[in-house]
Amino acid sequence: MKKSIFIGAFAATSLVAGVAQAQQTLEAILDRGELNCGVSTGLAGFSAPDANGVWQGFDVAKCRAVAAAILDDPMAVNFVPTTGQTRFSALASGEVDMLARNTTWTFTRDIDLRLTFVGTNYYDGQGFMVPREIGVSSGMELDGATVCIQTGTTTELNLADFFRANGMEYEPVPIETNAEAQQQYLAGACDVYTTDVSGLAATRASFGEPDDHVILPEVISKEPLGPVVRDGDKNWEGIVRWTLFALMAAEELGVTSANVEELAQGTDSPEINRLLGSEGDFGDMLGLDSDWAVRAIAASGNYGEIFAANIGEQTPIGLARGLNAQWTQGGLIYAPPFR
Amino acid sequence: MSTTTEQRVSTTPPKKGFTLSMLLYDQRYRSITIQVFFLFLLMLGAAWLIDNTVNNLRAQGKDFSFAFLGNPAGYDISQRPIEYNSQMTHGRAALVGLLNTLILAVMACVLATVLGVIAGVLRLSNNWIVGRLMTVYVEVFRNIPTLLWILIFGAIMTEAMPAPSAFRGDDPASSMLFNDAVAVTNRGVYVPAIMFARDLGTLTIGPVSPSISWILVIFIVAGSIWANKLLINHATRVQNATGVRPKTWWKSILILVGPLALYFFLLGAHLDYPELTGFNFSGGTHLRNSLIAMWLGLGIYTGAFVAENVRSGILAISRGQTEAAFALGLQPGKTMRLIILPQALRVIIPPLISQYLNITKNTSLGLAVGYMDLRSTLGGITINQTGRELEGMMLMMLIYLAISLTISGGMNVYNSRVKLKER
Amino acid sequence: MSNIEAHTVAYVRDTMLPEQTPPITEKGAVKWLRENLFSGWLNSVLTVLSLLVIWWALAAIGPWLLNTIWNAGSLRECREILDGTPGACFAVINDRWHQLLFGFYPSQHYWRPTLAFVLLLASLAPVLFTNLPRKLLYVSAAYPFVAYHLLWGGSIWLPVSAALGFVAGFVAFVFARRVNGLLAVFAAVLAPIFWWLFLAQPFNAGLSSVLPIGLEFVRSDRFGGFLISLVIGVTGISLSLPLGILLALGRQSDMVFVKSVCVIFIEFIRGVPLITLLFTASLLLNYFLPPGTSFDLILRVIIMVTLFAAAYMAEVIRGGLAALPRGQYEAADALGLDYWKAQRLIIMPQALKISIPGIVNTFIGLFKDTTLVVFIGLLDPIGLSNAIRADTDWNGIYWELFIFIGALFFLFCFGISRYSMYLERKLKTDHR
Repeated sequence: MKKSIFIGAFAATSLVAGVAQAQQTLEAILDRGELNCGVSTGLAGFSAPDANGVWQGFDVAKCRAVAAAILDDPMAVNFVPTTGQTRFSALASGEVDMLARNTTWTFTRDIDLRLTFVGTNYYDGQGFMVPREIGVSSGMELDGATVCIQTGTTTELNLADFFRANGMEYEPVPIETNAEAQQQYLAGACDVYTTDVSGLAATRASFGEPDDHVILPEVISKEPLGPVVRDGDKNWEGIVRWTLFALMAAEELGVTSANVEELAQGTDSPEINRLLGSEGDFGDMLGLDSDWAVRAIAASGNYGEIFAANIGEQTPIGLARGLNAQWTQGGLIYAPPFR
Repeated sequence: MSTTTEQRVSTTPPKKGFTLSMLLYDQRYRSITIQVFFLFLLMLGAAWLIDNTVNNLRAQGKDFSFAFLGNPAGYDISQRPIEYNSQMTHGRAALVGLLNTLILAVMACVLATVLGVIAGVLRLSNNWIVGRLMTVYVEVFRNIPTLLWILIFGAIMTEAMPAPSAFRGDDPASSMLFNDAVAVTNRGVYVPAIMFARDLGTLTIGPVSPSISWILVIFIVAGSIWANKLLINHATRVQNATGVRPKTWWKSILILVGPLALYFFLLGAHLDYPELTGFNFSGGTHLRNSLIAMWLGLGIYTGAFVAENVRSGILAISRGQTEAAFALGLQPGKTMRLIILPQALRVIIPPLISQYLNITKNTSLGLAVGYMDLRSTLGGITINQTGRELEGMMLMMLIYLAISLTISGGMNVYNSRVKLKER
Repeated sequence: MSNIEAHTVAYVRDTMLPEQTPPITEKGAVKWLRENLFSGWLNSVLTVLSLLVIWWALAAIGPWLLNTIWNAGSLRECREILDGTPGACFAVINDRWHQLLFGFYPSQHYWRPTLAFVLLLASLAPVLFTNLPRKLLYVSAAYPFVAYHLLWGGSIWLPVSAALGFVAGFVAFVFARRVNGLLAVFAAVLAPIFWWLFLAQPFNAGLSSVLPIGLEFVRSDRFGGFLISLVIGVTGISLSLPLGILLALGRQSDMVFVKSVCVIFIEFIRGVPLITLLFTASLLLNYFLPPGTSFDLILRVIIMVTLFAAAYMAEVIRGGLAALPRGQYEAADALGLDYWKAQRLIIMPQALKISIPGIVNTFIGLFKDTTLVVFIGLLDPIGLSNAIRADTDWNGIYWELFIFIGALFFLFCFGISRYSMYLERKLKTDHR
């Protein structure tokens, strides 16, 4: 019996070690020396560990920029893989400081779930992918089809609405992870795979024969995807939001990871100066130092660079900028002024 | 207790008065003290938890309410035992999930019992090869997690079966079984369904609306079985009185089959065969992959445990019983049926029921293969779409608890009924 | 008699006949076959059926299993080597076995979990084998702290300071016992709590800064594969044993209130699926704790698994208590032992011995159930098989992974169950 009493010490020890005190998010991160960032369990191009176990991708770059702004180290991020089901609890419980995962900004999530969407870093929409051989060219021809969906997302709600609105029948096959959904789709257990178009493109790129599959033209929903933080910490919300805007503004103003150090010395453009901290004290207002944006941009480049490196047309994912071009180029990416 | 107190107690009569120390040292009061202390601690703990919960809910700006059950669910469920569409409420979705849980549980319990009894009896058979084969079955299935078995059966269904498109064309790669009656595809198994040409419509009882035709089928079957029992009782009485047992087998068959056949004929029952139309087969009954994987996974896995229960139940019956039966000239089959099994059942049933409980609880693994049970609807998509973890989880746990308590309550009734009457 | 015979029978044989060889059907392989395989028409049919099943299984799996590829970098490469012939691609095991065993535990530290596992077996020995020197029990008592340090690492002073709490409790007990028995119990409970709350932290911090020794810290999220199954299973079962004993005693107690609380707890836990408890750990536990508290998911899972196993353990031990003859209780009373002494010296040693098969079964069940943590995002072997399949190299590989995982589980569970049977026979001291 003595042994079992002693084993109790194990739990007690871990408990003492594990309990963290409640405090402001920024202080907590500075104390910890690390940013806890919730990402998806693996979606090529957006967030997935590479062969060495280092997380890479569009969403991951966002976390690294925030970590660089706060901690001066883009690698000081602890990535917490979350599923569609666990992501909001992980955020609400403080397990992660921010979610940089393909999370759609919706009314209920914003208001009812008390989350704060700091902005949109990718404008997406839900689409369908089918094997080329079944010869379907439009979503309207999908009556009676078996559709693979990932559960715990807005996808299943949009899907129900789409088929209902068009008076069509379908057979949903709910699946937990993207990988398993791909597998079922490839095995022919469903005719159609539906998720955000960007996700479809990423999935298709990972197939052995990408050309055997087509993404149908219908986009059945608006999916503004963006980073999410908890309600109630205004300062932290500001840091994440304005890091995102800094990356966007940097692209608009022509600041890249290559020239950011040089431009930080001071330029003729007051806006760049304010962004990069050589003028004004914006960093101070966030509780950071004046170089915060310089570090964020230097981490993996401005918005355009991140896009091109992870999901752009030169990558296997091959997504066009489309809606995600700068507003000056006819897109929707529009950072409020740094003033 | 030191010796001095004992001496004092023995020499002077006990005081009438009540002293505070008696709460600790007097056997009569000590248990009350302990219980009060325990109660105090427990209430303190509960208050702490509730206070935390209230604070946390307030911090997240949530209230505690089950109103979300009345809101439209918005998602679709593939297997719908009752009418359901995405415009119906979360409560309705939870009910669909609960029914799916119960359907799966009953199917798996039947499979596990059948397999378990066969394997348990065969494991004791004199046949060397059969005995070994059953041992392998029991040990292999018992020692590998049920989740793995479910995934394996799921993978067999999706990976090893042909897609519906393989049935298409002039020279299809796959063909249907049993004279085009059954189609085994990687989306599930399509079997013919019984349809009525003159259907009697549906009955509405609260949230469910079962078909009258099928309710009548249940009544007719129950009635036939009851009538058959009367017939057999009568035969036994005649045998007791005259010593000759009248032949009843053809009457039994007539009573059991006749009314149902007549009923089916009157209602114009016919088989609806599955047919390949568009993307999928239509018509017939669609047993989805998820259901089949769960059914086989749970049924065969638990069957191994049931086999062990059956075996130990049979072994628990003393060897003398078998020998006595042989001495009476009973054949091995009859010995098993008339002497051993009735006695062994008393030992077998309680663990069997707890296996049924396990099956019911394990249906909650449905999500692994996308089976829309209670856990996937109420405990999965609903919680996730509404953000009501606390309420949803509590409700789900209470429902599971109610099912479990019902089953174990049934077991207690059975136990008290078959208990050996001891004098 | 012989006289009559001699008169009536013409010839009497007075030597033994030479032994005849038994009929062909009654000896050797034929007799064995006849008795064991073809003793009746039913048996013959069963035999033929069994042979057909075996043949069918071998024909289906045999060629695939025999034609095995062990060296390839991806499934595609593997299929090229196989060139259309059926064959298993166990190269995935060759490529990823370390992940299936250790998860993402840093590979240069693989010796740590391995050593912890070996030490686990070693420290179990004195508990199970009573003929080993009793002093070895101290080694077993130290094991949890050693294992914690081996697995997680960090400062060595953390487990040391935790262990010192128990020492403090023991010392307080010994000193206070001279004054009063009841006081001693209070002291034994309060001293460690006081130590952990107020003194352990400074002690730990102080020594860590003066003597910063210890293994490199490994985060919980690096744990995975069979390592996580074992960590959860072993801690869950060892923590649930004392809890289960208390619950079982509480359920048998005369105190109505204590009894009903124990009954409600046990029946509640046994009535809900483990997966709902795991979801409680991952989704709800944070609601029940003070705002802002958050601790490791693995620890939360261990807590829930411990509560879960404790309820089952309580029922097993209750069975053991019920199986003890009434006379044992009465004998303990007759000796004048108080409740705890009677439990410690008379009842529990016997009840636990009777319960060993049940305890082992609970452990095997719990170990298999650790696979459910995949639903809350922990990477147990099944979770890792999903992760491996998500990799483009191994997208679409099922059977090889399932066979490997299944075989390891089988070896482990089968081994334990056989061992417990042996233990049961060895410990059996009655004369049945």
